[in-house]
Amino acid sequence: MSNLSLIVVLLVLLALGYQLGMARSRKVATVNSDLRMHSRPHHYGMMVGLWAVLPAFFILILWLWLSPAIINSMMLSQLPATVLALSADELRVVSQRISNLANNFGVVADAAQWELDAAEHLRILKANSAMVLTSLMAVIAAVGMLLSLLKITPRLKARHQVERVVKALLILCSTVAILTTIGIVLSMVGETLKFFSYIPPSEFFFGTTWNPRFSTVGIGEQGSFGLVPLLAGTALIAGIAMLVAIPLGLMVAIYLAEYAPVKLRNTAKPLIEVLAGIPTIVYGFFALVTVGPFLRDLGAAIGLDINATSALTAGVVMGIMIIPFISSLSDDIITQVPKSMRDGSLGLGATKSETILKVVLPAALPGIVGAVLLAASRAIGETMIVVLAAGNSPALTANPFEAVSTVTVTIVNQLTGDNDFSSPQSLVAFALGLTLFVITLLLNVIALVIVRKYREQYE
Amino acid sequence: MSNSAPVKISASDVKVFYGDNQALHGISMDVYQHEVISFIGPSGCGKSTFLRCMNRMNDTIDQCRVTGSILLDGRDIHEPALDVVQLRAQVGMVFQKPNPFPKSIYENIAYGPKLHGLAERKADLDDIVESSLRRAGLWNEVKDRLDQPGTGLSGGQQQRLCIARSIAVSPEVILMDEPCSALDPIATSIIEELIDELKQNFTIVIVTHNMQQAARVSDRTAFFHLGNLIEIGNTNDVFTNPQQKRTEDYITGRYG
Ligand SMILES: Nc1ncnc2c1ncn2[C@@H]1O[C@H](COP(=O)(O)OP(=O)(O)OP(=O)(O)O)[C@@H](O)[C@H]1O
Ligand SMILES: [Mg+2]
Repeated sequence: MSNLSLIVVLLVLLALGYQLGMARSRKVATVNSDLRMHSRPHHYGMMVGLWAVLPAFFILILWLWLSPAIINSMMLSQLPATVLALSADELRVVSQRISNLANNFGVVADAAQWELDAAEHLRILKANSAMVLTSLMAVIAAVGMLLSLLKITPRLKARHQVERVVKALLILCSTVAILTTIGIVLSMVGETLKFFSYIPPSEFFFGTTWNPRFSTVGIGEQGSFGLVPLLAGTALIAGIAMLVAIPLGLMVAIYLAEYAPVKLRNTAKPLIEVLAGIPTIVYGFFALVTVGPFLRDLGAAIGLDINATSALTAGVVMGIMIIPFISSLSDDIITQVPKSMRDGSLGLGATKSETILKVVLPAALPGIVGAVLLAASRAIGETMIVVLAAGNSPALTANPFEAVSTVTVTIVNQLTGDNDFSSPQSLVAFALGLTLFVITLLLNVIALVIVRKYREQYE
Repeated sequence: MSNSAPVKISASDVKVFYGDNQALHGISMDVYQHEVISFIGPSGCGKSTFLRCMNRMNDTIDQCRVTGSILLDGRDIHEPALDVVQLRAQVGMVFQKPNPFPKSIYENIAYGPKLHGLAERKADLDDIVESSLRRAGLWNEVKDRLDQPGTGLSGGQQQRLCIARSIAVSPEVILMDEPCSALDPIATSIIEELIDELKQNFTIVIVTHNMQQAARVSDRTAFFHLGNLIEIGNTNDVFTNPQQKRTEDYITGRYG
């Protein structure tokens, strides 16, 4: 049986065990009517189902994990002595050929007779393995189900068993998430270290030219991998974005929280949040086709030389994108400032705007700072808008009207195209990614700490 | 209270609606200058609502509607030409729960005077802060920590800070909504002494659930019930010789 159908069968068994367990526990309950059952019938059902399925499932996983290696070595042991004398690498090629033959995928050049024999052998081994697995699982499932059915007595603590399994399952899931994160970081760290074996960290972190000559790989012709122009470009664009987003976002938040009628607030807020849901590539088009030319013409009209694709274009559009991050969070935070605080100010004869400016905003300030930092880390990590609208020119400049490049754009550039993944030209992408990761992580942590501290303030 | 004192606030036929729900059914009363008048009555009878009418704090509540007239020094506080900001500077308010701003103690007091431009120079502002804190009986406790947050004070201190904050703008009337409900007996007695002192210069309206407190601090007492003013008179008379059965029941604790 295929592995998929095995899993389907297991699910059916789960349902069957559940029903049997329930029925059995009801029967036990009527027989021992003087005793109180420890758990509810569905707990017994669940327990029987789990006993039927979990051990068998465990075997399945174990089998899938171990059997390929075992089968492969059994197959290899039957090969002619001349073949066995080959090196480990060549042997790997051979077994790959054989398994392709066994799967009827076909191979390059004609297959030798011994290869065909080995493929046949492999096919038989695999079929046997599947059969053994299926019967083993069937036996284990049946035994598990029967034993647990027989074990059902009024005193059996089925509820605890089920709870424990549920807990283990939850732990397993969160572990997967955490391990994934750790895995991502570790893989980046590994590649980054490889990169630093070509280029010393000091050159990477403090170098002021970015010019990773693609065509040539070799000592002396390595090109320069200075991070500074990219970080400067990132900071420039993110800075412009924040200059756009902070005032606009804050005003939106203040209007929504303090002035807008409830109805308007309830419709306007989700509408503004839509801005955050638009795919960033669409913002990219928008920047490239509409905002860039507009800014260029505007610049020409007032005598400024503005590139259509420039830090300004990317920054402005990115600022629009992150408005909802600031406005929505700040709006929530401003509404959380207690009414008593406003009343205190109004009761002293302050006007509404004085109250907002001098009492509400200062009280909400830590939370607003948190919101701004979250938005900033979003801006720093943003890629698509910048790819399209910033002009992709990694030069060190502070002029927002010129084209720049950012860390994210450079990562895209370094990893796309035909590239050797062990050259510094590609490896640098991991160093860049890790740097970006650390920066945004720090921003996020700071923001969360501030926001959390603020939340506790009024409780 | 000599009835020769001038009338400070004169309310007539004040009705308040929260949406469709009528909370006050036509209240009329006079408040005399430099007296302490206390409002008593069971929970939900409209004491706070009426108190908030006097400096138009009800304006801040959506769907709240006030009819009738309230005169402050003979002038209708609802007339369009009147500046509600000025009104609230004249008629200050201390809330049930202490609500200091999340600013320093100094800034808490200086907030009102700054808004209304009461101090030209820093020294004047310092004077106002010190004298307000002194009158609220808080100066000695906080004079060395004026730059620390007002929210870091104890509940009783916070309430006195709020009182100091409202006298700093030199109002003529101070409205107090259960100012002692969150305080222990010692803090309460400090505030009661404070009220006794303040009445030299201010007119004070105080809402309280504490009969003894009303008897101790106020010259006159008004009893509210279900949005109506049932009885108003000299505190002594109201407590020893109530004219209305409901007042008597409430005061003697027979009210159910
Ligand atoms: N913001 C509001 N919205 C709607 N109804 C309100 C509001 N404030 C008060 N009310 C209603 O008005 C009536 C009077 O309330 P008010 O707060 O004046 O009572 P109170 O006498 O101060 O009571 P307490 O002694 O409990 O403070 C109550 O029925 C209350 O439900
Ligand atoms: Mg009240």
